[in-house]
Amino acid sequence: MGRLGGQRVRQRQAQAERALSAGAGRAVDLLAQYVMNGVMLGLMYALVALGFTLFFGVLDVVQFAHGDVLTAGAFAGLTAYAALVHAGVQSAVPQLLAVVLTATLSMALLGALLGRLLVLPLRGAPPLNVLLATLMGGTALRECIRLFYPGGSQPQRFPALLPTASWSVRRFTLRLDNLLMIVAGVLLVVGLSLVLRRTRLGLAIRAVAQDEETARTMGIDFRRVVLLTFAIGSALAAFAGVMNGLYYNEINFGSGLLLGVIGFSAAVLGGLGSFEGAVLGGFLFAGLQTLGAVALPFASAYKDVFAFTVVILLMTWKPTGLIGERLGERV
Amino acid sequence: MHWTLAVRRIALLVLLVALPAAAKDTVKLAFIGPLTGGNSAIGLGGRNSADLAVTLKNADPKSRYQYELVVLDDECKPDTGVQVATKAGADRSIVAGVTHYCSVVAIATVETFHRLGLPTIVWGAVLPDITYANKYPEIHRVNGTMINQNETAAKLMLKQGFRRWVIIHDTTDYGKGHDKYFTQYATAGGGKILGDFGVTADQQDFTAELTQAKGLNPEVIFFGGLTPLGVRIRAQMDKLGINAQFQGTSGIVSDDFIKGLGPLAEGVVAFREGAPAEKLPGGKFFLEKYAEQKYPNPPEAYGPFAYAAAKLLMDTIDKVGPDRKTVITALAGVKNVDSIVGPITFDDHGQNTVAAITALVVQDGKWVVWEDSEYASGKRKLKGR
Repeated sequence: MGRLGGQRVRQRQAQAERALSAGAGRAVDLLAQYVMNGVMLGLMYALVALGFTLFFGVLDVVQFAHGDVLTAGAFAGLTAYAALVHAGVQSAVPQLLAVVLTATLSMALLGALLGRLLVLPLRGAPPLNVLLATLMGGTALRECIRLFYPGGSQPQRFPALLPTASWSVRRFTLRLDNLLMIVAGVLLVVGLSLVLRRTRLGLAIRAVAQDEETARTMGIDFRRVVLLTFAIGSALAAFAGVMNGLYYNEINFGSGLLLGVIGFSAAVLGGLGSFEGAVLGGFLFAGLQTLGAVALPFASAYKDVFAFTVVILLMTWKPTGLIGERLGERV
Repeated sequence: MHWTLAVRRIALLVLLVALPAAAKDTVKLAFIGPLTGGNSAIGLGGRNSADLAVTLKNADPKSRYQYELVVLDDECKPDTGVQVATKAGADRSIVAGVTHYCSVVAIATVETFHRLGLPTIVWGAVLPDITYANKYPEIHRVNGTMINQNETAAKLMLKQGFRRWVIIHDTTDYGKGHDKYFTQYATAGGGKILGDFGVTADQQDFTAELTQAKGLNPEVIFFGGLTPLGVRIRAQMDKLGINAQFQGTSGIVSDDFIKGLGPLAEGVVAFREGAPAEKLPGGKFFLEKYAEQKYPNPPEAYGPFAYAAAKLLMDTIDKVGPDRKTVITALAGVKNVDSIVGPITFDDHGQNTVAAITALVVQDGKWVVWEDSEYASGKRKLKGR
């Protein structure tokens, strides 16, 4: 009897342990999945936020067409893809290259153009004017995509150009395409940081950000630096747009709208004008959204409400951003 | 000689005066639907179908009036919908309206039409409250509601052996309604709803909700909402390696859903009021006439209903004259009136009571009626069967 009872107890213990470890495993694999989703989102937000922070750094302006530049970039990439398919190019590598290059280069051009036409002429005017001008410019851009892209009012299917192999550990799924996008995004952020810190162009951008007048007297071509900064920031947005397309396999004319608002909030949250702040803000916002969808007991429909509310609270706590703008390290 | 010349002149004069009188009076009908935005394909299909009804009516020598369709875009947005509804209602030259595909818009404009006294027939929106929340004599509907739709949906899926669902729905009245009625019929039949997520109607990222859903390990992900979100959710399910069956509502039954997903659409199940055009009593006639007009876009799922609504209004006006009040009175008595979508009978809420529901499944890039599909015959299997 006693031995039998002991056996039963041991069996039960083993059962309980298995259940416990399975439960813990479940929690871990789900957590890993959330982190993975959050990292992808955070990276996209950070890329958009970096654009806002660059523009604000050099000119003290908020360029509100930024989200729509992102959309335009994704659509430019999609057009390049369609053209290649039409021309009979079937291989994914040249397709991907064409999509990324077309998107980033054309948006760099568009960004510089926006800077030249909407921002620079309004330099003497109150900052509110620039904000409004770019906001309207962005709306015009968005409507143009909707009206003139064939079927532009419908969601467009974005091709999966990256290898789609995936590994699953219980309920955690790691996809190769996501991994590649994260690597590319991180390299881009690190690369930009190196350009800003180590190159003459970076030095010029930082000089203009710090003090326009002094920079001019040192022989820096102010307009050129500003336009280049707009080109770089817009190319980043285009890259985020392509990433968004590859990640969701779907783009639409409104893709950039919320991404723009979130990117701007992330930049403000981190501290407008601060490089690290934008990156931190982007990931923080993604984290808040994920937390909002997962941890709140009520409907996940409120995850954006939750994330934005926390951002507002954080901003009242630290009005100049989490990493406060230090003039010397601006951009 | 002079006499004959005078006679000729008089005859000519009489002819000139009489010509316009002999021409029929023009009567205006409004068509309202989403002509731009994510649901514009269905809106344009509906508009073309209503236009077809008007064209055929005008070609009919027995028609008492010359009809003109005033086309208005509600963008599937309630505020825009109320604006255009007010425009149509305030324009006294418009006698009646064929109105709305999107439930959110249709429910928002009910009050407007009631206040302005414009008789309308809804051609696509399925929210029950549109006809049932009030007893307004102006509001009618030719298509069935989501109550019938979800009852059929729950029964069919339970019969396939599915028991565990996770529901994702948009937080509009359309999504919430589907959530409510599907939950009601699925649980009544022994099914379990493991999780229920509301999402905003323009949300891009569903990975957080879907990861949570994955943790609950459902057999089916039920989505109550429209095509753009449906495409995103189905695509992101795949990204997260969720191998559950995807089930949608009438909101995803469109060619755009399949175009947006490609091979991933295969095996997706959805339900809708009425039947595909070719299965309808007057389907063959409708499709032939539609093809003759060479419209640039297909009639889509609800085209026949827009056609039937427009035709019913014009036939009624032919009978009682182009007056809003008499048209409303006449519509209240519509009973067993033959149409291409089957006989139409309005109950005391203006709801067509004869509403067939069709189950559909995507097979080789096409929406196929469930009973005709290889999924029903057992040649292909739904996920997890």
